[in-house]
Amino acid sequence: MNVPLYEKIWMWAAAVIIVVFALSVAVGYGASALQPPSHVETIDPAKVFGDPRFAQRGVTMTAGGATVVAVAMMFTFQPAEVRVPAGKPVTFRLTSIDVTHGFEIVGTNGNTMVVPGYVSQFTTRFAPGEYLIVCNEYCGGGHHLMSAKLIAEATP
Amino acid sequence: MNRADRLPLANFAVAITAFGIASAMAMMQALSRASLDLPFRSPKMYYLSVTAHGVLMALVFTTFFIVGFGYVVVTRTLNRPLATPRLAWTGFWVALTGTALAAGAILSGQASVLYTFYPPLQAHPAFYIGAALLIVGSWCWSATTILTYRAWRREHPGVPAPLALHGMLVTAILWLIATVGVAIEDLVLLIPWSLGLTKTIDPMLARMLFWYFGHPLVYFWLLPAYVVWYTIFPRVAGGKLFSDPLGRLVFILFLILSTPVGFHHEFMDPGIPAGWKFLHSMITMWILFPSFVTAFTITASMEVAGRLKGATGWLDWLGKLPWRDPTFSSVAFAMLLFAIGGIGGAINASYMLNSVVHNTAWIQAHFHLTVGSAVALTFMGVSYYLLPRLLGRELELGLLARVQPYLWFIGMALFSFSNHITGLMGMPRRVMEATYGGSPIAAQWKVLTGVSAVGGLFLFASAGCFVLVMLGTWLAGKRRDPQPIEWAEPLHPVAARTTLLDRYGLWTIVAIVIVLIAYAVPLWQHLQMTTYGSPGFKPF
Repeated sequence: MNVPLYEKIWMWAAAVIIVVFALSVAVGYGASALQPPSHVETIDPAKVFGDPRFAQRGVTMTAGGATVVAVAMMFTFQPAEVRVPAGKPVTFRLTSIDVTHGFEIVGTNGNTMVVPGYVSQFTTRFAPGEYLIVCNEYCGGGHHLMSAKLIAEATP
Repeated sequence: MNRADRLPLANFAVAITAFGIASAMAMMQALSRASLDLPFRSPKMYYLSVTAHGVLMALVFTTFFIVGFGYVVVTRTLNRPLATPRLAWTGFWVALTGTALAAGAILSGQASVLYTFYPPLQAHPAFYIGAALLIVGSWCWSATTILTYRAWRREHPGVPAPLALHGMLVTAILWLIATVGVAIEDLVLLIPWSLGLTKTIDPMLARMLFWYFGHPLVYFWLLPAYVVWYTIFPRVAGGKLFSDPLGRLVFILFLILSTPVGFHHEFMDPGIPAGWKFLHSMITMWILFPSFVTAFTITASMEVAGRLKGATGWLDWLGKLPWRDPTFSSVAFAMLLFAIGGIGGAINASYMLNSVVHNTAWIQAHFHLTVGSAVALTFMGVSYYLLPRLLGRELELGLLARVQPYLWFIGMALFSFSNHITGLMGMPRRVMEATYGGSPIAAQWKVLTGVSAVGGLFLFASAGCFVLVMLGTWLAGKRRDPQPIEWAEPLHPVAARTTLLDRYGLWTIVAIVIVLIAYAVPLWQHLQMTTYGSPGFKPF
């Protein structure tokens, strides 16, 4: 194929840009802190409240940080308010008892789909302050009302 | 009117009708998100209207327009009738029946599941059956296109297909590969479940099948627009196509890279291991390449046009271009908006960056630049070119046609700018309003939702101009002898014999192999897992 010189230069430049993009993603993939929530664990959506993994909802303090166990349902999260330690790793474990929901902590990279039958899990940290949590996947007529609150408290 | 043009015209009529209805709904949604209390505003109406807008625009307008355009390309470039006209007409009526069924279910409020229809939200069975018929109807188009090409090839062994047909052949093959996913989701999972034949459904399996289809769907929309950019636009601009073989390469790259990337829509999903998401992210990055090449080739073609008209400086060729011609200005703006949308797409595809924008208003801002501008504005622009030629009438209401692309550009600039920003600030997409009981964090989005609403008004005005011009031309355009459709000539003569880039069977096999690499193992692993199904929910 006869490719004009300028276009050749352009094509090489495009390839270099793509390699740079891909490498930056690959570096993030190698550094384990930057993973999207890709936990693989299933649960019977009809028996969530009876399941030992979700029988107790709320915040549990752990040695290094905290774990938040929450359930999404039309059109609320349970619990609707959580307090977590600022600056420490907080692990979220979520599932849904009805349709697919989203769980987005506004202004952070805390963001996951919450799919019935599956357990979503991710870990992130917070600067001290109050955060709005919203459902970001359409879940029915009350979708725009589905929210919760997270308070990250500075700890000594 | 030529008898052979009745079929594409019938497809265009459905496409333009769907576009008009969906545009009106879009404006009401933009106003609703800005918390304007319009009459009839309610959550039920809002989510019904989002569903109708998404389905009518993304699935009905695009599919019917592409099918109509495809028939024009195959019959005019090969200068022969369709090999299977009965099959083609059957496809049209099947797709139209499906559209009517699905539209009936949506407009009666029994299918407010949005155009992604994620279970366990459950629509009326008519919605899923309608979707199946629309897909089957479109398969008739794919088959007709391929069979007509093969009939021509038998008489012209070793001759490459004209570039426009090359693009539409790739589109037809890509569509067959892509729709396998949604057809299985629809026929095996959704229809039996909505009829009550199966009690539960696995929502993650449905999502994997949907997004197997959902990303090549994007290129099903985009490739016909690229056909316009490569084979009609350079001529409208008054010049020549800069490179024919690079155009062929671009379409083949899309054929092999479009499908094995669906997990980049599911980065935030549970149940899919990180490694597979990473692989899909890596493949996605390379889809940028054919679009980078296109940006150069088409811009160079515009420069050729400007220089043929006497431009000599670095940039004065831009001023020599026919900015008052609505076909030219539509496509030029479509490409400009697509450049911005494409860069946003690289961000969405970036594995971990995606967590900042996933399912926020950023996403709707992104795809209104891509499908909503690169594709829709190109289709509007090429309608001004094609309809008069097919109907044998003059374009009416020329002033409205001339301002329409400019209104779209302004409207989309306002809409997408404001939604990109509110998305970065965390405002979710698909919400009737975003006030969250007076939350101070949500209050920061308020001004920009107003800007977005103003953009929506401009876009509606633009869509209204387009529909009026089409109606005026179709019903009252002055009759005249139909002008020919003129395809852009390449700067350098086309190869006389087929090359590797014209081996469609070979590239289809390559595409299927890459799809198997990307999907076979994760799907197999998924089916080995103990999963729990969900019953249907209808919270609308």
